[in-house]
Amino acid sequence: MPTAPAGTLYRGREGMWSWVAHRVTGVLIFFFLLVHVLDTALVRVSPEAYNAVIGTYQTPIMGLGEAGLVAAIVFHAFNGIRVALVDFWSQGTRYQRVMLWVVLGLFVVTMAGFLPRHLSIVFGGH
Amino acid sequence: MSTQTAIPTPRSPYARRKTTRGNFELYSWVFMRASGVLLVVLVFGHLFVNLMVGDGVHAIDFAFVGGKWASPFWQTWDLLMLWLAMIHGTNGVRTIINDYAERDATRGVLKVLLYLAFTITVVLGTLVIFTFDPCPSDAPAELLASFCTA
Repeated sequence: MPTAPAGTLYRGREGMWSWVAHRVTGVLIFFFLLVHVLDTALVRVSPEAYNAVIGTYQTPIMGLGEAGLVAAIVFHAFNGIRVALVDFWSQGTRYQRVMLWVVLGLFVVTMAGFLPRHLSIVFGGH
Repeated sequence: MSTQTAIPTPRSPYARRKTTRGNFELYSWVFMRASGVLLVVLVFGHLFVNLMVGDGVHAIDFAFVGGKWASPFWQTWDLLMLWLAMIHGTNGVRTIINDYAERDATRGVLKVLLYLAFTITVVLGTLVIFTFDPCPSDAPAELLASFCTA
């Protein structure tokens, strides 16, 4: 039988969901980082080995994966600044909800700058 | 003969029990915020140079990496990014394991795996940055950075 917690601290709304998204994106980025150090380590094997593997990063499917990865990083970065402000800024807890909307606004602006550039490179018929 | 229970002196001052665990969690909390701010700069710079400039992801090959790591600036950048990101990420996953793995044995196994992955990745990455040869003599020249043949 699953253990049932005697009540819950989860309160929903902006605070909880940004916390959930911060965890999910963090774990995602961490596992990519492990893979990314391994693939980069192939430069010590041979130029051919590195080029073969990095070539798979340049396919359309991986290109979409990179777009998702960058989205995760951009959210985690801006929301991380928000978390630090909630902790260290005297008005942080009062404005945590507003700051999440600022984070999402900056996220949209940053992705609007990145996606057209990246996707045109990935799908641009090289 | 009477058995006596020691009753504390009524006015003895309240003494907070000393924690035996040090301040590790406090330092880890501070580190997450400090390294996070630095990582925003390091990772955004990394993404901009590797994905936005020039041909983006299509420009990345052995010669591209050779060109970057020929400069101590990018060696330092990548080394700092590797260490900070790995400690930041490992500490984050450690927190998540502590939150969700309820059995002691499960937590233990997951953390051993985590620290193993941390050690292998950091050691491997550091070695690669410092022992990398951008111009290996047995490789075809067209795969290398232009300064190898110049």
